[in-house]
Formats: sequence, structure tokens, C-alpha cells
Amino acid sequence: MAANTIDIAAAIRKDVVCMHCKGTNVGSAMSCADILAVLYFDVLRLDRPDDPQRDRFVLSKGHAVSAVYSALSLKGFFPRGLLGSYLVDGSPLTGHPSRGSVPGIEVSCGSLGHGIAIAVGMARAAKLDGRAHRVFVLCGDGELQEGSVWEAAMMAARMGLDNLTVIVDANNLQGYGRSEDIQPIETFAPKFAAFRWGVREIDGHDHAQLRDALHAVPFTPGAPSAVIARTVKGKGVAEMEDELGWHYFSVPLAKLAPFVDELGNGDR
Amino acid sequence: MRNALLRKLVEHMERDPSLHLLTSDTGFHVFDDFPQRFGDRYINVGISEAGMISLAAGMAIEGKRVFCYGIVPFVTMRCFEQIRVDLAYPRLPVTVVGVGAGLTYGPAGVTHHAIEDIAIMAALPNMTVIAPGDPVEAESAVEALMTHPGPCYLRLGKTGEPVVHARGLANFEIGRAIRVREGEGVGIVSTGNLLPMAVSACDRLAERGRSPALLSMPTVKPFDAPALLGLANRCDVIATVEEHNLFGGLGSIAAGALADAGACVRLVRCGVPDEYAPDAASQECLQQRYGLTGEGIASRILATLGRKA
Repeated sequence: MAANTIDIAAAIRKDVVCMHCKGTNVGSAMSCADILAVLYFDVLRLDRPDDPQRDRFVLSKGHAVSAVYSALSLKGFFPRGLLGSYLVDGSPLTGHPSRGSVPGIEVSCGSLGHGIAIAVGMARAAKLDGRAHRVFVLCGDGELQEGSVWEAAMMAARMGLDNLTVIVDANNLQGYGRSEDIQPIETFAPKFAAFRWGVREIDGHDHAQLRDALHAVPFTPGAPSAVIARTVKGKGVAEMEDELGWHYFSVPLAKLAPFVDELGNGDR
Repeated sequence: MRNALLRKLVEHMERDPSLHLLTSDTGFHVFDDFPQRFGDRYINVGISEAGMISLAAGMAIEGKRVFCYGIVPFVTMRCFEQIRVDLAYPRLPVTVVGVGAGLTYGPAGVTHHAIEDIAIMAALPNMTVIAPGDPVEAESAVEALMTHPGPCYLRLGKTGEPVVHARGLANFEIGRAIRVREGEGVGIVSTGNLLPMAVSACDRLAERGRSPALLSMPTVKPFDAPALLGLANRCDVIATVEEHNLFGGLGSIAAGALADAGACVRLVRCGVPDEYAPDAASQECLQQRYGLTGEGIASRILATLGRKA
């Protein structure tokens, strides 16, 4: 049986809140904490970051990397104490992932619309070599406005990459407001399906749904899979939830303790 | 030059199963036999240059050596940021091959011209930039790239370029200039497809009693500053020759290297002025217009020598 991913998600959120006394994008990192908890502690076949057989994870929405650093440290891939150096001068923990900076960061990302296409290359290489590992990508819903996403979607389907899964952290908030207002391309599921992907839509904070979906891939034999995970930006701290401002704010020191307390209570 | 690339690619793909070639729906009939010979190691990804570069990056992360082939503007400028973030930043062994150096595609128009590519590729940390001057340099470069540890931009002409190094190149090395002619007083430094014009300029100057030295610099980056400075020590005038915008190309890089070293030499930069060609014009026509011919280059050097005297 896997670890208690709900507790893990709470731990990730607490780490994230503490790390974001510096820097932006705390809401984006909170939004994907449940997805990352289930991925890293239930789904990915990943015991050692240097195991050639490990499943690969690519964070395409690179601005949420603090949550990934937290998950990697909880996996024991690097000391927990390193998290305190996030964004500090000279730290390996940059605000967007840099390949090889710490064990477990597979790909440099931070410009949106790159990660899925890179993952297509990784998944294709695995297929060509007859290797069994899988590649998972986490991207944002606003990110789907990048044309390069759909170049990658075409290629993955054409190459039959059923070892590739894209999870869309669909929190419906992006830099300037609601994604559905800025560029209403909603109905992601039919779009991926039209590109010949297998698709499932779930509540991205419901661990049972996350587990069921991510263990069920590939949804369609011979096709890549997309999981549209409906999420709430800033999930876990009431003041942050679904509030655009937390795309930009750092956590004020005065609010750190109450936010951490809030994350430690309740049933999240 | 393209045939030189093909020969080397085929030779290495035959024996190296980690070597892959991606194209973005270009090279009509050039790769016809690749699917049969190399199966999945050749793929036309479709008209998706950005996707092609990221795909190559993902494959390189998993241990593949990948060449991405396309027409220069599309395989460099369309997907510049993919090259920057996905290849240059993580130093992955992917070679971006651009055909149509400079004004090769002449009358096709500015969309197909490539006069900015060296500047933008050279501005990327970790990126090697190679613009071979003839098919022999192209073949040597591709051979060297088979063991090159990082990303490279390889800028080729197209087909039918004359051979300059008729006796071959024994010691080609990425990052090293090639001494084509020994001489003194005047030094010509050429990169890319204008090498035959630089040779012709040397002939014109020799006819007029000069004995120019000629360096071919297929590698623009890392830049072989010692070779340039060695030449500058023996010369009153150095001319740089490139089919590229004068902003940011070989001439700019050479000027910087000479200034850094405090070299006392007159520099004549021959290249494309900072403009887009306004009309349909062949490569030959544009070369004439911009003085990128043997006579044009020689004349500018002589004029500079004259002014100096």
C-alpha cells in the first residue's frame, strides 16, 4: 500500500508556503500538490533518481517547481534542509527547474509549451529501445494556449506513445485572469481526443480519482493519455484559493504561521 | 555540402544505433531511402520545427545523438527558444542542421534568407556554431560532431558548392581555423559558403602583387581568436568575409577579438548590410550587389590599403 498521499500533499503544501516567503507562483504550486503527492508516492516507479528503469516526470509548468522540490525531498532524494535555500543566492533550487540541479529534476523547463514535446522525445526513445518505463508530464491549462503543445500532441499520437501521460493542472487561472476569459479554449478533453489521445477528466484534489486515473493509463492502447485534473489555485489556504493575486504574492512572514496552521488542520 | 552531410550521416547511422535524424518536412527526395535503411531512426516529424527540437531534446536526454534538419530560418529562428531552453541550456548533443546559408535561396525571398542565424546562435551559451566553407569542411565537421558532447548549429549551403580543399583536410578540429593560404600584409578570414569567393579575392590580390594569407573559420564559436591574432600580427589589413548580416556575424566577433587584444590592424568587414533584400534576386545578383565576390572583396582591401598608404 502506498504512503498516505493526503498527508504527503499537506506536507508539500506546508513546504511550499514556507518556501514562498520568497518568490512568486505559490498558488500554482499549491494547485498541483495533490497531483504530485499521488504521482510521486503512489504512481511513479521511482525509488532511485539514477535508476535507468525509473519512470520519468517532467514539470512543464516549471513555475510550480517548489512543490516538486518538496516532493523530491520527501522522497529522500536530497536533504530536507535544502528547501530553505529556495531562490537564495548560490542555491541549486532555482525558480524553474534546471536539469540535474538536484536529483530528480529530469528536464529544464520554465518557458511554457516545451515540456510535453520534450517528454514525447523521452517516451519515443523508451519505445525505440524497448524499455518499459513511462513518462509523465504536468502542465497548466493556460499553457495549452501555446501552439507547441499541439505540435507535441500530434507527434505523440502519430508515434503511438502509450507510455506518455500528460496531466493538465486545470485551475482556470493564469497570469492575467481566468483562462476561460483570456482564451476560451475550454473543453480540453475533446481537443485531446481529437488529436487521438485517450482522455479522462477528474477532480485534481481527489486522491482516489487521481489514483484511479493514473493507474489506468494508457486509457487507449497505443495512444498517449491526458488527464484533465480540475483544480483550485492556491488550494489548501482559504485566503489563497482561486485568487489570482497569489500567482504573484510572496507569503508575508506575518501570515506564515497561520497558513501553516491552516494546512495542518482539517481533512486536507 | 548537403551531399557531404548525407554521406557522413549514412556512414555513421549504419554503425551507430544511437544516431537519429529528424526533419521537418524538408529535403525533398534527399532522404528517400532513409526509412528503409534506418527505420525509426529517421523521422519526418511534419511541419513542426519547434516540436522537432523539443523531441530531439527528449531523445538526447535518453542517450540518443540527434541531427535536426531544415531550412535555416525555420530550423533556427522559428524555434529559437526551443533551441535555447531545450538544447543549449542543458547542453544536449543535438546538431541543428540548417541548409540555405546566407542568400542561397535568393529569389525565394527574405523569408528564406539566412543573414541573422550566426548572430543568434552564437549568442547562446554552450552552443557551437559551424559554417563550413566547402563540402570538405562540411564532411569533416559532421565527422567531428559525431563525438561532440554538446549542441551545435551547423550552417550549410545547399548543393553544388566548389571544393576548396581539394587535397582534403587532415586535421580538422572544431574551434580551429584552417590555414588555406600563407601570406603576409593582407589577411582574409572567411566563414561559410563564401570561402570560394575569398579564394578568388586572394587570386585577384596576387595578380596585383599582394600575397594575402587566407584563414577559413568554419567554426565561428568557439572563436579561434589566437589564429586571428596571429594573422593580425603579420598584416596591415584584415578582411572578414561572410554571407551574413554585418551585425553580429564573423566580422563583429573578429572586431571584438582584435579590440580585446589591442591589435593594430585595419579591419574590412565584408558581409550583408543591415537590410532585407527588397526584390527577387538570385544569390549571385545579391553577392554582386553587396560586394561579396572575389573582385568586390579584393577591391575593398586594395582601397583600404591605398587609404592607409
